[in-house]
Amino acid sequence: MTRKQRRLTLISLAGVVLASAVGLVLFALSDGITFFTSPSDVLAKPPAPEQRVRLGGLVEQGSIVKEADGVVRFAVTDGKATVPARFVGILPDLFREGQGVVAEGKVDASGLFEADTVLAKHDETYMPKEVVEALKQSGEWRPEDAGQASQAVTQ
Amino acid sequence: MIVELGHYALVLALVLALVGGTVPFFGALRGDERLMSVASTTAVAQFVFLALSFAALTYAYVASDFSVQNVAENSHSLKPLLYKVTGVWGNHEGSMLLWVLILALFGALVALFSENLPLKLKALVLSVQAWIGVAFLLFILVSSNPFLRLDPAPFEGRDLNPLLQDIGLAIHPPLLYLGYVGCSISFAFAIAALIDGRIDAAWARWVRPWTLTAWCFLTLGISMGSYWAYYELGWGGWWFWDPVENSSFMPWLAATALLHSAIVMEKREALKIWTILLAILTFSLSLLGTFLVRSGVLTSVHAFATDPTRGIFILIILCVFVGGAFALFATRAGTLSQGGLFAPISREGALVLNNLLLTAACATVLVGTLYPLALEALTGEKISVGAPFFDMTFGPMMVPLIIAVPFGPFLAWKRGDIVAAGQRLLFAFGAAMAAVIIGLALMGTPAALALFGVALAIWLMVGSLSEIAFRIKLGRASLGESWRRGAGLPRSAWGTAVAHFGLGVTVLGVVAATAWNSETIVTLKPGEVMSIGDRTLTMDGFVPLSASNYTGTGVRFTVREGGNVVATMEPEKRLYTVPNTPTTEAAIKTFGFSQLYVSLGDVSADGATVVRVYWKTLVTLIWLGTLVMTAGGVLSLSDRRLRVGAPKPSRRSVAVPAE
Repeated sequence: MTRKQRRLTLISLAGVVLASAVGLVLFALSDGITFFTSPSDVLAKPPAPEQRVRLGGLVEQGSIVKEADGVVRFAVTDGKATVPARFVGILPDLFREGQGVVAEGKVDASGLFEADTVLAKHDETYMPKEVVEALKQSGEWRPEDAGQASQAVTQ
Repeated sequence: MIVELGHYALVLALVLALVGGTVPFFGALRGDERLMSVASTTAVAQFVFLALSFAALTYAYVASDFSVQNVAENSHSLKPLLYKVTGVWGNHEGSMLLWVLILALFGALVALFSENLPLKLKALVLSVQAWIGVAFLLFILVSSNPFLRLDPAPFEGRDLNPLLQDIGLAIHPPLLYLGYVGCSISFAFAIAALIDGRIDAAWARWVRPWTLTAWCFLTLGISMGSYWAYYELGWGGWWFWDPVENSSFMPWLAATALLHSAIVMEKREALKIWTILLAILTFSLSLLGTFLVRSGVLTSVHAFATDPTRGIFILIILCVFVGGAFALFATRAGTLSQGGLFAPISREGALVLNNLLLTAACATVLVGTLYPLALEALTGEKISVGAPFFDMTFGPMMVPLIIAVPFGPFLAWKRGDIVAAGQRLLFAFGAAMAAVIIGLALMGTPAALALFGVALAIWLMVGSLSEIAFRIKLGRASLGESWRRGAGLPRSAWGTAVAHFGLGVTVLGVVAATAWNSETIVTLKPGEVMSIGDRTLTMDGFVPLSASNYTGTGVRFTVREGGNVVATMEPEKRLYTVPNTPTTEAAIKTFGFSQLYVSLGDVSADGATVVRVYWKTLVTLIWLGTLVMTAGGVLSLSDRRLRVGAPKPSRRSVAVPAE
């Protein structure tokens, strides 16, 4: 092989690898990402049943109901709208009523949010960034809730 | 007083870094040996002063001096001594101090242990290293000073986040930083070579041990972090594709590519420009990681208290160093001479393929990490890119890499024979196929995808050892002869085989723990029994806990296998007193290479507890594999060829003048 042919082989190999990487990324971006929504968004424009979303807000006061075998029902609110949610599993240690939460999952046909991941704050001074923004938008933001670090629990 | 001395030492270290960044640099430009030789002295002195500074902060923590703001915010007098010490780097300011300490450590090591390095190159390397030090020391002194005093001093500290009160904090950050920051050396070498304009095989020989050292630490650091998250966070996951994990994983991928391309440069003087670029990229990704973690643009377990000025400061450092390096690269890369030729099927070709796949995989991780940030900045839309994205992009990129790895060492330099290599790998191929057939017979077609993964892992493990088996003529010569040949093989050949074998072990662990992971969530009362796989767990009852800084409840379980007691487990719920924080401590028992993992949920009024039980098949192989990979790195590092470096001029027998 001449020097030119060798270089061409090398460049086309690089091209193939890069093209497949780009293809994979584009394919995954159309499918593997999750949008962040607030309870108001969910009520105004419910996501498609198979679409995964992250729902952020506060756990509504008096909404946590613990059922058998780790099933937990609660509601996520941003002060304007409230979405009922259900989660099976062990919740983060600091999952409490009136505190910030980010839940990841899908909204079913009846409007119930089936969460498969719940993120809650991690110490006394933390509020997930997305929740802060959602609360700011709905005017429910109290800056004394700000802080650091998060914790997640997946089912 | 000691705290002020520490503060003063920190300022002195900055001054030394400024001197070390300028004097040897001009010395190198003007060819003045006396100015150049200043570099070693300042590098060592900078390290000594930073070590003093770090010791002073550690003293403040151990003595619980709450008049120091950093100590008051992150420590508590009742905390066990170990966590007082590790708490030094369990916060933003202290961990930045550890960062620069390690940066200076690497500078000092280069100054002390590379006597055969040409003086000019050494001066340039150390001055680049000193400039990185200047940037981060300024950052610490201006925006993240751990030595600030509080007046009046509080009576008691606010304590360290309970999740960090773990032996993991003693191990993970120092190892990770040694890896992360160690990449600065190859960066400094690359910049020095670009300024000097001379890059040859000797350069690759000097750079490789440093890169390899950093790589070993980075591998261990990431792996220990993964195990820590696995047992501490209580939900049984070992890798979350969290942006912060990604920001340590990207430099690892780039450093792995760099290790391999430096081999080509060392042996064949080819891929020079590419190797230099990778050295710059690796440290750029480390800096990017530092920015992502410290600036608060991400929500993560690793994010410390966020402060926008810090983010902007690091962003400026990032832009100056990365931008400057790439500008220098753009102007100088064209002047580098071309290296040796090689056919596409050759050792060089295989290493190029390795580099292509690793950098492409690294790029997909980069896209997944930065895309949400870019999208939010541009459109305001908030998304999260999670595991599905990375499974779909990173996973497929790794498959061809794993298939190709065993071929590499069998191919000759310049022009290889892939058919011969394939023949020598027939045994590995057979072993992988046998695993698939046995697996399909036992588990049927639903397990096909997982079995494909297992086959890849076995191919990689057996294939890596095949090279050694071939070279020592295992089975074709007497055992004694094979032993003699094995002992005679260069350590780096063993290192390669062991590291590749370790990768196979990790892949096997990842596949098995993902595919054959079972999980049960039940509510149990004392005396009740649940079963998982072949085992049963009996909840025996509650055990009250109390320690110096927390109280809590443990739940005792007895694990039985076919009626025989095989283990007892005691997961805990803890309530830390300061700050008032509950945490969950999972209980883990290892059976062979697999693990049983139990964590607790809330206890209801009638004494029933939500219990989550996992069976993780072969999960420990994930971390054992990384230990094997590191062992491979260390073996390679101990190779005589690397230690000696370039041929040394014979020591002149000049008598030391009497003083």
